[in-house]
Amino acid sequence: MALYSETVMDHFTNPRNVGEIKDPDGVGEVGNARCGDIMKMYLKIENNVIVDVKFETFGCGSAIASSSMATEMIKGKTIDEALAVTNKQVVDALGGLPAHKLHCSVLAEESIKAAIMDYYQKNNIPYDNKLFPDCKNCAGCCANN
Amino acid sequence: MIYVDNAATTRLSEPVLQAMMPYLTECYGNPSSLHSMGQTAAMALVRARETIAEILNCSPKEIYFTSGGSEADNQAIISAAKYGESKGKKHIISTAFEHHAVLHTLEKLEKEGFEVELLSVKDGANITAKQVENAIREDTCLVTTMFANNEIGSILPIGEIGGICREKGVIFHTDAVQAAGHINIDVQSQNIDMLSLSAHKFHGPKGIGVLYAKKGIPLTTVISGGAQERGKRAGTENIPAIVGMAKALEIANASIEENTEKVTKLRDRLISGLSGIEKSILNGDPVNRLPSNVNFCFEGIEGESLLLLLDQKGICASSGSACTSGSLDPSHVLLAIGRPHEVAHGSLRLSLSEENTDQEIDYILNEVPKVVEYLRNMSPVWKDIVSGKKKSVL
Repeated sequence: MALYSETVMDHFTNPRNVGEIKDPDGVGEVGNARCGDIMKMYLKIENNVIVDVKFETFGCGSAIASSSMATEMIKGKTIDEALAVTNKQVVDALGGLPAHKLHCSVLAEESIKAAIMDYYQKNNIPYDNKLFPDCKNCAGCCANN
Repeated sequence: MIYVDNAATTRLSEPVLQAMMPYLTECYGNPSSLHSMGQTAAMALVRARETIAEILNCSPKEIYFTSGGSEADNQAIISAAKYGESKGKKHIISTAFEHHAVLHTLEKLEKEGFEVELLSVKDGANITAKQVENAIREDTCLVTTMFANNEIGSILPIGEIGGICREKGVIFHTDAVQAAGHINIDVQSQNIDMLSLSAHKFHGPKGIGVLYAKKGIPLTTVISGGAQERGKRAGTENIPAIVGMAKALEIANASIEENTEKVTKLRDRLISGLSGIEKSILNGDPVNRLPSNVNFCFEGIEGESLLLLLDQKGICASSGSACTSGSLDPSHVLLAIGRPHEVAHGSLRLSLSEENTDQEIDYILNEVPKVVEYLRNMSPVWKDIVSGKKKSVL
């Protein structure tokens, strides 16, 4: 289908790092089934480095591809590097997304951040709230319902 | 490639193409021209109109050619509303699961001060004639209900609704886009005052349709600029498409019984096979149902990814998921029949034609469960349902 780039189709049909990490150091779930997409990101973190990452996604082709691409972009990276990943970078790495699918990349960015925030909270590590999204800035459709 | 998206559109059949060809290549005259080539085209126009009128059981003078079902719906509803308004009647009855060509036209009329009442879909599958009867008021100027639903295949009790409207003196329009060529239509015995149909749903060409309007109902001209269609629809007639539509309807109408028998068997095999998928549910009326329509929701997955994977396996299907429509909400039809948002996102419509085979059904029944399972395996929603963390809504 011409709807998506070759890279999107590749990540959709052969998603990287799909699945669950037992005993994860951080888990983030964002999205809403009502809106048609939920992303769940699992992280294994050692010495501030994301040594393993897995995802589970309920959603459309671009949601699955965005999650897959996001996991590749943060695997082996430091937490700070992972926090610096933006939805725009995910979109660019995917070779673009249709305008009405951009929110999928936002979910990908947010799921990484939610998982890192979970890691910080579990380990009582102080963090700057501003680094993390809140509902007010969410681009998801929930706000419209 | 297995094509099971016939409710979206159908393949142009070979005899239809052959009937159209001379009017595309040799006899390309404008029916309004006085010369012989124009007059040959004018004769073809007359014949096509007669053929279609005969099939619908109306007069050729009651047939208006349009660009398709949407235009016919728009013109029918606007005309009946304006006619009603001239008599001080501004109440319109329709249903919650109409096509947007109807719903959006009604929304426009609401803004102009009409009162629109959308009947809810009873028991999550269909509309009853009783619902229509109860809703009719002194100031009702129009009842417009589809003949059969395009997404979930429910066939409405059109004859009964027509009878009630006739008795109460209310104009009855039906969007028969999914029915024409597939179900017997007789505007007289079914008391239909106005009807829309579209050629590409029964192996005819795209971009051509019919508005039938019973004599005496004044039509509002939506497209102005010429005397074509007795001044009610301007624009040079699309002769090749009109000839193709008449041929397609003729062929389809002659094979309704044979096709119904064949396609129903294929449909029932699909329904029975897909019902075996855990946490799946059939959408639409299980009994009064288009022979061609299969529509399921599968909990825990999203429809667009399902379609993309099926497409990779060579299966062309459709879904009511929001992601396939470009809007945020899933199908208004699935919501109207009571499916929660999260389940409506996971719908699959397979719409058959008599060209499908048992081997294709075997293949679909083999592939769909695998794709559903694959997507569920990566779905956090499905996992929560399986673990009991989230309650199944089906």
